[in-house]
Amino acid sequence: MDELVNKRVNEVLKGHQDAFEEIVTLFQHRLYQVCYRMLGNAQEAEDIAQEAFVRAYTNIHTYDQNRKFSTWLFRIATNLCIDRIRKKKPDYYLDAEVPGTEGLNMYSQIASPGELPEEQVEKMEMQERIHYEIGRLPDKYRSVIILRYIEELPLQEIGDILNLPLGTVKTRVHRGREALRKQMSNV
Amino acid sequence: MNTCPEQIVHYMHAYLDGDISRDEERELKRHLESCQQCKEIMNGLTESIAFIGSAVQIQAPNNFVNGVMARLPKEKSQAGFQRWLRKHPFFAAAAMFVILMSASLFSSYGNDQQFSVTKQPNLIVEGQTVLVPEGETVKGDIVVKNGTLRIEGQVDGNVTVIRGSKYMASTAIVTGQIKEVDKLFDWLWYKMKKTVTDIFPASVKEEPVVE
Repeated sequence: MDELVNKRVNEVLKGHQDAFEEIVTLFQHRLYQVCYRMLGNAQEAEDIAQEAFVRAYTNIHTYDQNRKFSTWLFRIATNLCIDRIRKKKPDYYLDAEVPGTEGLNMYSQIASPGELPEEQVEKMEMQERIHYEIGRLPDKYRSVIILRYIEELPLQEIGDILNLPLGTVKTRVHRGREALRKQMSNV
Repeated sequence: MNTCPEQIVHYMHAYLDGDISRDEERELKRHLESCQQCKEIMNGLTESIAFIGSAVQIQAPNNFVNGVMARLPKEKSQAGFQRWLRKHPFFAAAAMFVILMSASLFSSYGNDQQFSVTKQPNLIVEGQTVLVPEGETVKGDIVVKNGTLRIEGQVDGNVTVIRGSKYMASTAIVTGQIKEVDKLFDWLWYKMKKTVTDIFPASVKEEPVVE
């Protein structure tokens, strides 16, 4: 697999755009899946996953062929996902008090998009529920949990993708597991 | 849980990450058998992992690959050129030099719209017209840029008209060469020759450049 990928990468480096199509075909599902789980919806996932491939193509000369191509590709994609998630976040403080009210903050003004009423959650189908629980995780933990338990990548590789030291990855996986357990036991 | 040793939770995670020592594992197991609370935590962790792990593999939409290929920049030749530059830094430097040099030449062609003339004692300048009066002799070269040159007398030297026009009366005598530079290429050629003559004046005087 790696040998084939490197062969195609070399062809792309020589200017053969067609060779890139095979690379996209090989990695499309894995990359799309990570984006889908990170972002939570299909439309954004498609957009970001495609953008990740485009960036990979335009920056292919920066890829070090001694390393794993998938790691490099996932790194581009997760960075794009994290950027997208950050942009979606409102830049005002939710716990700031609403003027003219007493003790009323923005949290009480909006229905949090990540939380659903208990009875609705209980009616969910299993796959829907899995997706929901992943989406409720804080971003930091969501990325490591997806890479660890859906992509089933080793901790070291997750560190390479997210550019984090192994210790930090471990801590995040631990906290992510803890968060998941609490989420699930509360309902 | 407050009564449980703190490292038990660490052992749980170490166990789940698969990097626990035998002794630690034994200690963890012994503790879980005796502590219901910790056992529930451990089960909760294992279950939530198993739950997430049972997610179906998501597939990209059907037209995904075509979508990517359509979004790729259509700059194959440029990309190829850039790669070529990266591979041949020496040529890249040489090319850069040529580009910069010619840029300075071209820009001086474009910007030089002003009328100018070489100062000679008995030239008459009226507006954009330069006159060599009848019966007078101008000693030396004349260069006129962006203007008209009328020669009615005699010029002992070369005459160059750059982007302008020249009229010679029947009485006109020019001992040197007469040149009119109009097109970009002529201009370049003139500039190059001028640069050479500026650098090696002696050698060129002995063997004047013939067009």
